[in-house]
Amino acid sequence: MSADIAPHGTTIVAIATAEGVVMAGDRRATMGNLIASRDIEKVHPADAYSLIGIAGTAGIGIELMRLFQVELEHYEKIEGAMLSLDGKANRLAAMVRGNLGAAMQGLAVVPLFAGFDLAPSDPSKAGRIFSFDVAGGLYEETGFDAIGSGSLFAKSALKKKYRAGVSTQDAIRLAVEALYDAADDDTATGGPDLSRKIYPVVMTATADSTHRLTDAEITAVAEDVVAGRMENPGG
Amino acid sequence: MAMQFYASPEQVQRDRSEYARKGIARGRSAVVLTYEGGILLVAENLTSLRKISELYDKIGFAAVGRYNEFESLRRAGVRMADLNGYSYDRRDVTGRALANAYTQTLGAIFTETQKPYEVEICVAQVGATPESDELYRITYDGSVMDEPGFMAMGGQAEAISNVLRSRHDATADVAAALALAVEALSSVGGENNTPREIGESQLEVAVLDRSRKGRAFRRISGAALTTLLGGGKDVPEKEVGEAGDVVPPAPGEDKPTVSAASVDLEGKPAADETPAKKPGRSKGPAEGS
Repeated sequence: MSADIAPHGTTIVAIATAEGVVMAGDRRATMGNLIASRDIEKVHPADAYSLIGIAGTAGIGIELMRLFQVELEHYEKIEGAMLSLDGKANRLAAMVRGNLGAAMQGLAVVPLFAGFDLAPSDPSKAGRIFSFDVAGGLYEETGFDAIGSGSLFAKSALKKKYRAGVSTQDAIRLAVEALYDAADDDTATGGPDLSRKIYPVVMTATADSTHRLTDAEITAVAEDVVAGRMENPGG
Repeated sequence: MAMQFYASPEQVQRDRSEYARKGIARGRSAVVLTYEGGILLVAENLTSLRKISELYDKIGFAAVGRYNEFESLRRAGVRMADLNGYSYDRRDVTGRALANAYTQTLGAIFTETQKPYEVEICVAQVGATPESDELYRITYDGSVMDEPGFMAMGGQAEAISNVLRSRHDATADVAAALALAVEALSSVGGENNTPREIGESQLEVAVLDRSRKGRAFRRISGAALTTLLGGGKDVPEKEVGEAGDVVPPAPGEDKPTVSAASVDLEGKPAADETPAKKPGRSKGPAEGS
């Protein structure tokens, strides 16, 4: 089976906030029933104002992300202006479509794209999230979205807790909670690893730029979430 | 049949050189110089078309001469840098390799085509210290020179260079370096060899910031440029601009974003919209149909 020949990345969540977007991903990659990696990083900045997370075949996903990063930077330098956020999403959709052949043979990869829109048609909705299907379909999501094997549980958790206009700080907490819930019920998603100090990668994109939470910042949030679950396992 | 007269190779080269030099001398000049915090690139430019640009993380580009010619060289440089960085590693993109590629291209154009490029370009790479900065001057015939900390290109470059040579200080701050660059540029072209005034709107200014991780190139314009020209030192980092030039094009009032025929679907209140017609949403999921 294709799941056994190459590592698979699992759950990514994205949340639109008052200031922009938050994206978080767990750290596990699986190969069949094995854990291929405990500390893979599946959420990356696409450029100064947008983030990309990948689920599916890790090798293809990382390559897709790298090429996408280069394309955005290249366009920016050649044309002297950034692509619009919709333009970036459309480009990524075309790249996912290009992988359809491999996807049909079992090496599927699906990204999640989110960013701060520097020129939004509605200024109150500057943080935007786009999801994709393997055929290159592009769908703008409202509020939040998740991809990967644990996305069902992550989305269910977010559905109950998400409120429009949530602050970035609260959204970071929500994202880590949602990943905890995904890890709780999905074997392919890794939870916060207290013994090894491996915590989810959390990034934000706001009017300032993208920011990856430092080790200290994410440790504080993750330990807090785990402490909460000690008292109430259901969150 | 038209008779081909014999022209010696020396004569051909001389003619081409003269043609290229004349073309370059007609244009406005640019200077590049190192300072304590990085490399400063300043061009006199009345248009919104750029003479200064980013090539890669630590590498900048400045040019004078014919716009279409140096723009095609700039694009080729960006393409080469991005391709090498993607194929190998970001560290493997160097100013020397880019300068090398430019000399090859310009040298081939000079000897093999009817008309040489009327351009002079600078490839600048910022290092950890002013001593490790690299400035390459590449001229229309493909010759390359490694410049010591400062260089001037364009019409009357020699006179501008003299001003820079006598006063250049690699330990100066950015405001002092900019003042020197503007003084050098304005030292030529005035009536009776008197200095002239170059306004803020005639300057294109950028820096390769030594202290920045990743992409070091920043344009300085607007309020930040005014402050710096006034001798101000503390320009907030946010005002110094982004690595890229400008924000993406804003959605226009009458500019459709869904399709060219969708004007009547845009800008309606959310209540009127059916889910299938939300802006930015194209069709339902593939598995849905």
